[in-house]
Amino acid sequence: MKITNTGKQKDCLLITVEGRMDAVTTPEFEQTLGGWIDEGEIRFIVDFTGLDYISSAGLRGILTSVKRLKAEGGRIVLTSLYGTVKEVFEISGFSTIIPIYESVEAALKEM
Amino acid sequence: MPEIRSAANIEHLERLVEFVAGHAEMAGFTANRINEIELAAEEVLVNIFQYAYPGTDGDVGIECRIEDDVRLILVISDKGAPFNILEVPDPDVTADISDREIGGLGVFFVKEMVDEARYRRAGNSNILTLVFNKV
Repeated sequence: MKITNTGKQKDCLLITVEGRMDAVTTPEFEQTLGGWIDEGEIRFIVDFTGLDYISSAGLRGILTSVKRLKAEGGRIVLTSLYGTVKEVFEISGFSTIIPIYESVEAALKEM
Repeated sequence: MPEIRSAANIEHLERLVEFVAGHAEMAGFTANRINEIELAAEEVLVNIFQYAYPGTDGDVGIECRIEDDVRLILVISDKGAPFNILEVPDPDVTADISDREIGGLGVFFVKEMVDEARYRRAGNSNILTLVFNKV
């Protein structure tokens, strides 16, 4: 898994996540995001274009971050879910509790 | 039947999942279906790593075979206390965000991805057989 900070727009930190979010790699996602939250970032747009795979451990990591940001008055939205990643969000019902957009551009319009 | 055994520990997760994915790939499963098989395998394995051997070490075994060129059969076994993962109740996938619990979601994914699942207790082993059709 590779997490990249690709810059800031409209007060949102843009992030890309590539590879796999599984039980082994997800703690790194939580720590990296947690670090940015500690630095005062509370609005995130996470681009999953390059994410090939996610398991329940990955969802757990995202939910932890969503709940933490909610408590801090921030928010996190996801963009560009494809294939089984999209399928996992749909069958788990996560697509109804976390805002998901087709593209970073579409997400930016709503932020 | 090709088989891999390993200590039931999270550090072996990726190697074990790759073993399964490799068989699906060789048999010509689509990338999407391979992802679904990997998901089911990860969820079962992580469950074993976390719960099968509380306070002690143990092993997990995976057998993998292709049947009639159209089905992948996965047999995952451990020697933990009797536990039928298929009896774990489904989570509420309509719950609001503040009530969301992740427990049970992994098992739910397994049930969603397989075409057939069977559990049996044999001797001191839990034996879970998962069947994945190619299409």
